[in-house]
Amino acid sequence: MSFLEINNVVKRFGSLDVLRGINLSVEEHQVVCLIGPSGCGKSTLLRCINGLEPISGGEIRILGDRVSGAGVDVDRLRRDVGIVFQSFNLFPHMTVLENICLAPRQVLKLSKEEAESRAIELLRRVQLEQKAKAFPDQLSGGQQQRVAIARALAMQPMLMLLDEITSALDPELVAEVLDLVRDLAAEGMTMLLATHEMGFAKEVSSKVCFLYQGVVHEEGSPERIFGDPTEDRTRGFLKSIIEAGRM
Amino acid sequence: MNTHSDRFRAPSIPKSAMPLSTAALLISSLTTLLTWFVLWQLALAMAGVTEEQVAVSLEKKMYWSAMLARVSDLPWFAWLVLAVLALVPLLLFFPTVKAILQARQARTALQFENLIAARVATANSSNFSWYAIGYSVFVVLFFGGIWFVIAKDIAVGNTFFKLDLMWEKASLVVSAFLTNVFIFMVAQVFILIWGLLIALARMVPGAAGQPIRLLATLYTDAFRGLPSVITIYLIGFGLPLTGFPILGDLPPVWYAIFALTLTYGAYVAEVYRAGIESIHPSQMMAARSLGLNFTQTMRFVIVPQAIRRIIPPLLNDFIGLQKDTALVNVIGTIDAFNQSRILASNNFNLSTVTIVAILFVLITIPQARLVDRLLEKDASKTRGAK
Ligand SMILES: Nc1ncnc2c1ncn2[C@@H]1O[C@H](COP(=O)(O)OP(=O)(O)OP(=O)(O)O)[C@@H](O)[C@H]1O
Ligand SMILES: [Mg+2]
Repeated sequence: MSFLEINNVVKRFGSLDVLRGINLSVEEHQVVCLIGPSGCGKSTLLRCINGLEPISGGEIRILGDRVSGAGVDVDRLRRDVGIVFQSFNLFPHMTVLENICLAPRQVLKLSKEEAESRAIELLRRVQLEQKAKAFPDQLSGGQQQRVAIARALAMQPMLMLLDEITSALDPELVAEVLDLVRDLAAEGMTMLLATHEMGFAKEVSSKVCFLYQGVVHEEGSPERIFGDPTEDRTRGFLKSIIEAGRM
Repeated sequence: MNTHSDRFRAPSIPKSAMPLSTAALLISSLTTLLTWFVLWQLALAMAGVTEEQVAVSLEKKMYWSAMLARVSDLPWFAWLVLAVLALVPLLLFFPTVKAILQARQARTALQFENLIAARVATANSSNFSWYAIGYSVFVVLFFGGIWFVIAKDIAVGNTFFKLDLMWEKASLVVSAFLTNVFIFMVAQVFILIWGLLIALARMVPGAAGQPIRLLATLYTDAFRGLPSVITIYLIGFGLPLTGFPILGDLPPVWYAIFALTLTYGAYVAEVYRAGIESIHPSQMMAARSLGLNFTQTMRFVIVPQAIRRIIPPLLNDFIGLQKDTALVNVIGTIDAFNQSRILASNNFNLSTVTIVAILFVLITIPQARLVDRLLEKDASKTRGAK
């Protein structure tokens, strides 16, 4: 039994079939990367796993427990599955500390002291403890994204979903965020991430999945996908990435 | 390439600032003359000269001697006020003279082919000219207003601004105004809560929320369409007639509060809703993704952000509400307007109503400034230096 199993998941927006039967599994402590052209459904898949979008068909299981479909306690699911977005989505009216403490206090019912000491610890590890009292708009993009990661980690999730977390950042800020993800991977955090950073994907992932037209077109070890892809579409995609100078 | 170098070989020469500054001079002068004319009329009015007396003196060809004799009786402080007012339009000549000097400087600079200096001086000159013209309009309107009040033997003044009457009745009207203040203060608190409830009811998610959404929509549609004076009338006269235990025998002020809460609750619900919907859906998504449920998300993330955005339109509705407290006179409540109307008909003069008008305007101004201050403070707290 895998940690996360995605069986034949279908997602439609009206008449638009975005996911047409995704099959994918993630083992505990694995880092799985989703790559693929823009609009192929990477973000949609991650949002479905987190229950932010209801799926139109198939099923999603975590540790054998079905977490998709009617009657599932999505708030409970989201406690165990953290997600970080491309656009940070920090709460602009709260300080960094308040951003991080909100969910632990309201959802996990931690005391203020407990939540804050947990938050400070996380801020220290993302090297932002001196920014605890700052508001999001007073931070750089890279700093905001690190806070967003800390905020998700504060719920101590079993699985982290990262949706192109560096694509809104200036190149010199990408490294500080990727370093953090690299550390998380080394600690054994189970992660599923959509990314356009092919070099990074090659380096950290246990498995790479190429999404194309709503299905997993090809999957395999990073060495194989990047070194010797068997499918034409995968080759074409990687070629265009190399031509764009992103690998 | 060619066009570029052409353009820079023929730099644009600033247009002469002379005509505009001359116009400014003309306008300032006319404004000054008008002001002095109005002040002379004002002096005559203060000295109690009637139109008839003016006509007589003109007929006898002794206008100036007769009028000066009358005016010279005015007390010294009246003269002081008039003199100060007469100096006001002269301030217009500071920018006007500067405009003319700058325009001349621009012309000299052009003669010496100093293009940059010419541009700067031209820009300065036109700024000063518009400044003078703008304030001239202001002064003209101000003194035009005074003229309107004192014309025809102070017809307007005596109808609307009879100072002795206003002074005498002010305390009565002001204490009646406290009823208006009470009504809108209490109603505002209810409206803030009630409006938010309605707004949230209109946004309850899911199929199960449909009946609630429908009810809330019906309510807002009905009460936004209903004129508040009719709501006040129906509730203020209707509910006591029904004889319901508590609802039937409240003091009239509470019916007014109830009716205004119903009406303005519908408006404010829409303001809340617009504010909530203006918060980007990604905020909702981020909060839900952390495991917060709908209510927690609204309470901690969405509503606090929405409130900051809706404060200005909310103030608008509250000012509307404050003014509508004057409608309670239809159910016989003695508010400031009703009180002043009684006084007006007893004295055959509208000046007491003017007091109410002034009171309503006066209470809104500090509120507007307070809101500006609050928003500024909040913005400077959360915004970065960017
Ligand atoms: N809420 C929505 N309603 C309708 N269509 C949607 C919605 N969200 C996404 N889509 C569509 O689904 C498709 C997949 O979108 P998605 O955001 O998952 O792509 P992506 O793989 O993440 O692309 P990118 O690499 O550009 O982020 C797109 O065609 C998009 O227009
Ligand atoms: Mg995406």
